[in-house]
Amino acid sequence: MRLTQGMFSFLPDLTDDEIAAQVDYFIRNGWAVSIEHTDDPHPRNTYWEMWGQPMFDLGSTRPFMTALAECREAMQSAYIRVTAFDATKGWESPRASFIAHRPTAEDGFALARTSVQGRTQRYGIRADVTDRPTAGRYR
Amino acid sequence: MNAPTPVDEAGPDRIAGPDVVDLGAERRATGIDDYLAGLDARLVGLTPVKQRIDEIAALLLVDRVRTRVGLATGPPTLHMSFTGNPGTGKTTVASAMGEILHRLGYLRSARVVSVTRDDLVGEYIGHTAPKTKDVLQRAAGGVLFIDEAYYLYRPENERDYGQEAIEILLQVMEEQRDDLVVILAGYADRMERFFGSNPGFRSRVAHHIDFPDFDDGELVRIGEMLLADQQYRLSDDARATLFDYVGRRRSQPHFANARSVRNALDRARLRQANRHVTAGTVAVDDLSVIEADDLAVSRVFNDRPDDARESR
Repeated sequence: MRLTQGMFSFLPDLTDDEIAAQVDYFIRNGWAVSIEHTDDPHPRNTYWEMWGQPMFDLGSTRPFMTALAECREAMQSAYIRVTAFDATKGWESPRASFIAHRPTAEDGFALARTSVQGRTQRYGIRADVTDRPTAGRYR
Repeated sequence: MNAPTPVDEAGPDRIAGPDVVDLGAERRATGIDDYLAGLDARLVGLTPVKQRIDEIAALLLVDRVRTRVGLATGPPTLHMSFTGNPGTGKTTVASAMGEILHRLGYLRSARVVSVTRDDLVGEYIGHTAPKTKDVLQRAAGGVLFIDEAYYLYRPENERDYGQEAIEILLQVMEEQRDDLVVILAGYADRMERFFGSNPGFRSRVAHHIDFPDFDDGELVRIGEMLLADQQYRLSDDARATLFDYVGRRRSQPHFANARSVRNALDRARLRQANRHVTAGTVAVDDLSVIEADDLAVSRVFNDRPDDARESR
């Protein structure tokens, strides 16, 4: 099941040139660009792990694209997203975020039912992948 | 990615099948001539430096045209080393270089990031690489100016972290040479030793530009331009005195070319202000005139060069 989170997620995956063009736009706006990855794609899992430090004050897209390539190489079976953070007073929050890499086989989500207080049912979703131990996720 | 767009002045027939390319029109389209003319007026002397800038501009221009007509072009290596005595304009030219390379379409921005050893080398293990990478990220797409580059390499301490910074620099200079221009600057003899012990740098630096010392006349002209920027001028006597000053100052220790002149003129402004305040009233025109007396009291004229450390 294709994960749809962040910008552009209903479009075909962005090519490297397209990613670079987006990052170029972020830089021109003075936003700090960072790379994050995770193996738990649950939509409520907002805290992905950082790949290196956020890149403040980038001069061009080249160092970013190099770092992204390194992250993909090391994290082939993870989701990788690019986030642009605007530190301007009044914003102080991410202004853009999109998935830049996804595992070749994407597992879906399961509907989890929990019985509480007699016959009441609570529903939730959990990513299938998180049923497996970390080492076995994303063959 | 961003293919050069055809220029209007070049005429419509060139797209069909160009036999002749009007390089003059190409050059005008970059707007580089205005900038170089301004630079020429602003930089006194420095003939070999200007000549090299012209050559680089010509090369990049021809490369642009070659790309347009479909000839093979590798990105030229533009890393440079500026050698010369203190105050010969190395930093000034480096900041102009960013603008020139940007206008010629070689660099993404005209930004010049100026650093020294302290900005690149960390204080403890594991500190250097992030620090250097951070600087390289900032400088990417522009010019990285490393002043007194030889301090990066400290042969007397084999565990010095400078070596780590050098290795990262060398790698980026190779991989991102179409995106980043590194300019190393410093005094000629120490740079020579630095390149001698780091052959990797020598082979990656294509342009070794030597900044000659200014002669006395040039230094006086620089002085007058510095004053003009601040809306001061020299009286005729003061110009002769400054000429004399420069000649004497040169033979004393710690002479730093244009920087010495700037310092001398700053002190002359102090004395001029003091003179007017002491006098009580001053003609408005005299507010912007430096007189010979303001310069002549300098210790340089004492004929005791042994105690003129940084002349007063």
